[in-house]
Amino acid sequence: MSIYQVSVFVENKKGRLADIAKVLADNNINIRALSIADTTNFGILRLIVDDPQKAEAALKANNFTVSLTHVIAIEIPDVAGGLLQALEVLNSENISIEYMYAFIDSTEGKAAVVMRVEDRKAAADLLDKHGFKTIEG
Amino acid sequence: MEINYYNKEAETMPREKMQKLQSERLREMIGRVYNNTPHYREKMDEMGLKPSDIKDINDLTKLPFTYKDDLRDTFPYGMFALPLSEVTRIHASSGTTGKQTVVGYTNADLDIWAECVARCLVGAGATKEDIVHVSYGYGLFTGGLGLNNGAEKLGASIIPVSTGNTARQIQIMQDFGSTVLCCTPSYAMYIAETMKEQKIDMNTIKLRLGLFGAEPWTEGMRDEIEKGLHISAHDIYGLSEVCGPGVACDCVYKNGLHIQEDHFIPEVIDPESGEPLPDGQVGELVFTCVTKQALPLVRYRTKDLVSITHEKCECGRTTVRMNKPTGRTDDMLIIRGVNVFPSQVESVLMRFSQIAPHYMIIVDRVNNLDVCEIVVEMSPEMFSDSVRHIEALEKELRQAIESTLNISVKVTLAEPKTIARSEGKSKRVIDKRKGAGQ
Repeated sequence: MSIYQVSVFVENKKGRLADIAKVLADNNINIRALSIADTTNFGILRLIVDDPQKAEAALKANNFTVSLTHVIAIEIPDVAGGLLQALEVLNSENISIEYMYAFIDSTEGKAAVVMRVEDRKAAADLLDKHGFKTIEG
Repeated sequence: MEINYYNKEAETMPREKMQKLQSERLREMIGRVYNNTPHYREKMDEMGLKPSDIKDINDLTKLPFTYKDDLRDTFPYGMFALPLSEVTRIHASSGTTGKQTVVGYTNADLDIWAECVARCLVGAGATKEDIVHVSYGYGLFTGGLGLNNGAEKLGASIIPVSTGNTARQIQIMQDFGSTVLCCTPSYAMYIAETMKEQKIDMNTIKLRLGLFGAEPWTEGMRDEIEKGLHISAHDIYGLSEVCGPGVACDCVYKNGLHIQEDHFIPEVIDPESGEPLPDGQVGELVFTCVTKQALPLVRYRTKDLVSITHEKCECGRTTVRMNKPTGRTDDMLIIRGVNVFPSQVESVLMRFSQIAPHYMIIVDRVNNLDVCEIVVEMSPEMFSDSVRHIEALEKELRQAIESTLNISVKVTLAEPKTIARSEGKSKRVIDKRKGAGQ
């Protein structure tokens, strides 16, 4: 019902994202999706990768502050209004989303949405009940 | 140049006579502390030293040192040589939680302190005709009341403005005709800068003299202050453990700070071995307060690095002179006149993370005001995938550090291992202020 997201603390300094990408590349880790939350002073890079544990270990070994975060990933139809259906379900139960980002799944005609909510289990159960397929990590 | 003295006899005393006076006062003082301060009696007994072993100032080196820790260990009144009923004033160091040192004064002590400040004022060229504008903080800090009472002793007119509100300070200078300014040198620079920005007509400012202290400053700063405020700027030195400002000050010749050595006997020692150093060599300044009643400290280690000279000054004073402190033997920083120890920052960080994260204190002077940035390496315990949480953490850290240090700081979170380490240990402080004694 959930997958691991690799969260990395990044100072706003030139070349840091490339440094992270290099660590992952050197360890043969494939990035499936990513998003960056940035502030004036720092950013948080959020990654979905094919091997989160390995990515965590590799980044830690290279002195990055890393944590694995449980997030929900669901499949939505890759059509207009696809995202709206999922959001309306969550809205109806007053579940608020801390952050989210999306990517096109390799499964044809599907998109995937990664989201962080406060009560992960309740949200996952609710989405499941409404027929949204969750992606397992 | 016309030279005035507040107490000509004491300030121009021949060396032989000074040594005799110091010897008498030292003997009397040692008898007093041995009888009245258990801390000193124990120390002297341990060394097998009796008050009668101290015959003159050559015996000073036989006596034990006193450290700031002695004051902390006996917090708050343990080192007082008199009951509190005799103590009429309490001050405390500008240090903060866990680092505060408490000092007490009898009426006689306050009188001596005021006289020392009066000597400094006169030495710098002030007279009873002056209007003394005191912009040091009034309160537990010795700066405000110290200069206040010295100027009062001199008979000058005092404007007890205290700190803050620079526009109002300038307005008061214009309206009341302040002629002597007393504050920290960085605040004097700031006032000068503000006057320039506000295009104040310097003909409306009557200032002619300034006595600045409570933080280290350079000849370069003296030059800037003198040009900016159109005054003669003087360095006044002191520390609350000894009495506060007024322990020493430079005269009109600005060639070293005259120490009021009939009250505070100075020594310069090798901080490692404790051995006395000859004139001209830089070492740790040590004071024995021979006339103080409430808190007479024996060989108090100031941790300030100076050199001294016994040569007679052109001003006619014979008192020993010290140069501006060039540094400290410990890691204490003085930021906006407030004593800051890196360990205080560490103790705050320990509350946020089991293992104290690496940190760096960066002190700089921007627009003539000290600014302090604390860079903290993010530890896994402090990290979160949520921006909101990290920003809240940054704010909490800042507030906790500010309430511990009593100065405002900027907190910046950094990636692990980005703070330079030397020999496995992080460098804790970068002081970018010119000549800040680091």
